[in-house]
Amino acid sequence: MRSRGSTNWRVVGSQIFVCVCCSAAAFADLAPPLSPTNIFAPASTPAKSIFGLSLFVLVVTGAIFLVVFTLLLYSVVKFRKRKNDDGLEPPQVYGSNQVELAWTVIPVLIVVALFMATARVIASVQKTARLDNAIEVIAIGHQFWWEYRYPALGVVTANELHVPISDENQPTPTFIELLSADTDHSFWIPRLAGKTDLIPNHPNSMWIDPHEAGVYLGQCAQYCGTQHAKMLLRVYVQPRADFDRWIQEQRQPAIVGSAVSHGQRVFETTACINCHTVAGTVANGRFGPDLTHLMSRDTIAAGAAKNTPENLRQWILNPDAIKPGSLMPAMQLSDEELDVLTAYLETLR
Amino acid sequence: MSTTLSTTTMNLPARELEWELPTRGRVGMCAVIAAEAAIFTIFVVAYLFYVGKSLSGPMPRDVLSPPFFYTVCLLSSSLTIHFAGKTLRGGNVRRFGAWWLLTIALGALFLYGTATEWHRLIYEDGLTINTNLFGTTYYSLVGLHGFHVVVGLVCLSAVMAFTLFGAVKREHAERLDVLSLYWHFVDAVWIVVFTVVYVIGR
Amino acid sequence: MSTESIAWPSATAESRSFVDHLHDWVATVDHKRLGILYIACALVFLVIGGIEATVIRIQLIRPHNDFVSPQVFNRMFTMHGTTMIFFVVMPIQFGFANYLIPLMIGARDMAFPRLNAFSFWMTAFGGLLLYFSLVGANGLYGAGNAPDVGWFAYAPLTSQTFSLGHSTDFWTLSLLVSGFGSIGTAINIVATVLCMRCPGMTLAKMPLFAWLNLVMAGLVILAVSPLTAAQIMLLVDRYLGGHFFDTQAGGSAVIWMHFFWIFGHPEVYVLVLPAFAFASEIIPVFSRKPIFGYPVMVGATVAIGFISMSVWAHHMFTVGMGSAANTFFVLSTMAIAVPTGIKIFNWLATMWGGKIEFKTPMLFCIAFLFQFLVAGLTGVMLGCAPFNWQLGNSYFVVAHFHYVIVGGILFTLFGAFYYWFPKMSGKMYSETLGKLHFWLFLIGFHLTFDFMHIPGLLGMPRRIYTYEPGRGWDIWNLIVTIGVFFQAAGILVFLGNLLWSYYCGKAAGNDPWDAWTLEWATSSPAPAYNFPVIPTVKSRRPLWDLKHPDDPDWKYE
Repeated sequence: MRSRGSTNWRVVGSQIFVCVCCSAAAFADLAPPLSPTNIFAPASTPAKSIFGLSLFVLVVTGAIFLVVFTLLLYSVVKFRKRKNDDGLEPPQVYGSNQVELAWTVIPVLIVVALFMATARVIASVQKTARLDNAIEVIAIGHQFWWEYRYPALGVVTANELHVPISDENQPTPTFIELLSADTDHSFWIPRLAGKTDLIPNHPNSMWIDPHEAGVYLGQCAQYCGTQHAKMLLRVYVQPRADFDRWIQEQRQPAIVGSAVSHGQRVFETTACINCHTVAGTVANGRFGPDLTHLMSRDTIAAGAAKNTPENLRQWILNPDAIKPGSLMPAMQLSDEELDVLTAYLETLR
Repeated sequence: MSTTLSTTTMNLPARELEWELPTRGRVGMCAVIAAEAAIFTIFVVAYLFYVGKSLSGPMPRDVLSPPFFYTVCLLSSSLTIHFAGKTLRGGNVRRFGAWWLLTIALGALFLYGTATEWHRLIYEDGLTINTNLFGTTYYSLVGLHGFHVVVGLVCLSAVMAFTLFGAVKREHAERLDVLSLYWHFVDAVWIVVFTVVYVIGR
Repeated sequence: MSTESIAWPSATAESRSFVDHLHDWVATVDHKRLGILYIACALVFLVIGGIEATVIRIQLIRPHNDFVSPQVFNRMFTMHGTTMIFFVVMPIQFGFANYLIPLMIGARDMAFPRLNAFSFWMTAFGGLLLYFSLVGANGLYGAGNAPDVGWFAYAPLTSQTFSLGHSTDFWTLSLLVSGFGSIGTAINIVATVLCMRCPGMTLAKMPLFAWLNLVMAGLVILAVSPLTAAQIMLLVDRYLGGHFFDTQAGGSAVIWMHFFWIFGHPEVYVLVLPAFAFASEIIPVFSRKPIFGYPVMVGATVAIGFISMSVWAHHMFTVGMGSAANTFFVLSTMAIAVPTGIKIFNWLATMWGGKIEFKTPMLFCIAFLFQFLVAGLTGVMLGCAPFNWQLGNSYFVVAHFHYVIVGGILFTLFGAFYYWFPKMSGKMYSETLGKLHFWLFLIGFHLTFDFMHIPGLLGMPRRIYTYEPGRGWDIWNLIVTIGVFFQAAGILVFLGNLLWSYYCGKAAGNDPWDAWTLEWATSSPAPAYNFPVIPTVKSRRPLWDLKHPDDPDWKYE
């Protein structure tokens, strides 16, 4: 084998590192236009820790890939049988202990390095102590919607989670306890944290401390049945004042309006109250989402449709048209009943 | 029409070396035992995992009493089957038959013990497989073992039938050793099950 | 090498009816015929599984597509995974093992021929049972439903509460039945390799193919049994009111995951070790050199076998196991990368300094090397728990494991088909069609599975029948789906090649590749008794010794 000029591995290595970092950063920089659920665009500490580790892992595996890929390519090109082959067998080489040792020891060292870096991040994410001023939320997974309770703040809501911005200097993280009412689910907002599963009889917890306001998207990431695909997540990160105001509004019981009393009567005499709660009325079902402040949400059916009167009416008329296989039954109401019912629900701000 | 086969002549001296490999029966049975051991391990893990976790219903220490007598029966049957094998290798088929029958009787006695214990648990203590976690894991584990005893007894009985018809001879000792391996395994599993259910789990 | 022709008078010329031929095949206990039955059965299921994949990809070609309903989609991915793993890849590996092991070790058949037949028919019946769910799952009242709980059937989704009807039971029972078949074959392989080698063939002299299948069989024995146990528990829950996975009674959904993955992870090594076996036989022959580092390859294989039993919970990093458990499983997962990497280096070193011939089997194996490298590295990424918290259960995982199974295992399987087709059929395949198959499939594979990593990185979970626009996933899903059609075209060319070559191919002769292991010493196809005289061997490459009497292997090993 002809020897080649010696390569300056440090230069090559640092070039690779720079390339990968730039690509990942570029990927991340393009985040909003590229994807609102890009794991390389972290906006909260757990996601950032993972991002940092992932860069290290990508650099190491990228380097391994380049080296081995090059060697494979080289061997396939250089040692191909030529047209003018003499027909003799090449030298029969059976092995080499030194070479075997080298390519055992080096991977072991790489594994050790990767393992140590990983162990550190596991500890930092999973062992974070709960701060006194943290917001506490209990998230309960249902087929196919999300229930959120803020026990200390006295709020029960569904599908759209509101949390305050966490200032880096004075963090106010949100700790989320994850429970399930039926099967396995998984809470995944890529820009805020890695996913954690919601498993019945197996409480889990996670935390986020988003640094920027905005709506963060995600969805259920553990197959939970027919409508797993439309169990979407929306997390609204708000400045503290806005968050406090939202909490206050959510704590109020339902607005009772006389103009929609016909609709309210339809709601309360059909089976709606068996599944839904409207605080301050007789409706206190827990199987479906709390509707007390339904109109404060941007979407219905766990993100499957925008929260407009037409969609709401359609949802009650025939849920399968929006989310086939969801557990909301078609309520078999007449057109007139549907109209007044929708009008009533539209008042639940 | 004739078929032509071309062969490469292997110009190597045949059989100039000593070539002794383990017997297929023994290796096969060891593989079966490994697979069965893996299945039992999972049931044992489930049993241990759920110790103390039942939300209601009869608890182990309320209703379980260790079946010492029947355990001795089963473990002795390992001894008797061992003697049966030795006897057959010595050539005494009639005495072999006696030891073999004794093995079957002891195994059947063990099953009888399990049956009476289950009868008491179901009808007097109200413990069934769907009562609670203890019920589910207990009946599954002990039942799986009992099922293996039944299968073993069926095989042993078949051999008994062959013996009575005079078909079993000294040259079959090796094969019966392989079957005995299975029987020893069943007994070894019982030692584990007994310890887990009647000692640790209580 | 000298050849002798033996005139072998055939049976008296009575024409045998179709029923006689059918009876020969149905009642056979010959390892070669059973091997072919396994392979043929698997190819049928490969086409069915491929159709299921195509339906999945058409549904996902654009957001909010309505090609199929969510119910049908969920059945599609469940059936696709279950079919491909249990009724395509496992049977094909068993088929090749059955056909080749006795020939390679100089034996006349497997250790237990009747067990062999029983195992095949259990597997075939299991496959039929799974698909019978389409008819039978809802009882008498109309068409049944295929299982829709995912191929790993997590509890409590599989309980009677959430899975009504019998579709889940068909999943459970079909795998239980074929599981017995798998264990039977594994017992057979272990006994054959340990007890039936020809004189002179110590364990250190047998082909790597035999070693890899031996370790694979050991894994089947230790890993399929836990699945059997878990499925019995599931049936107890569903039909006897048991509470193994009943969270309402204090049971645990997580313990199903543990039991399943204690099976599930070694299972993927069961799938891949025979692929390594094919590469370890094909690459040396087409590089014209012996495998580099035989003892290290054996050691790495055994190490992989052991370590693979300790990594299972890397499928459960998001379940909430606690940092100690997560850390342990990161360590074991990364550890298994070491022997696996060593194997790649050894294959590389085998090619190094050789004279590589780019025949179809070698093309597939070369692609395997590149692709398995990538698959292994994405596996290392996934083994890093915090990174897994983002990548897990996303399309990154789907891309990773298809890279292993299609890019690694299926590619070497195609290589194996072309390499041993002359031996099994006596005919040579068409090299032109073989190369066409290779290029079509290569393009399709990379279009689909390279780009599939990206939606995962952009937050797309798996097992969703549709997705929202505006998440940046649309274009990648489109490209992924386009790749499917290239792969389908490749498979059609492949099947056409097999058929055409079987009927119209040139006679291949004993040893078309100038190879070195014992199966090339007998005729193509091998006679029922395999070898007229059981050979005695002195080295790992007995035919090299015969062809090079002045320079035999046993002087250097």
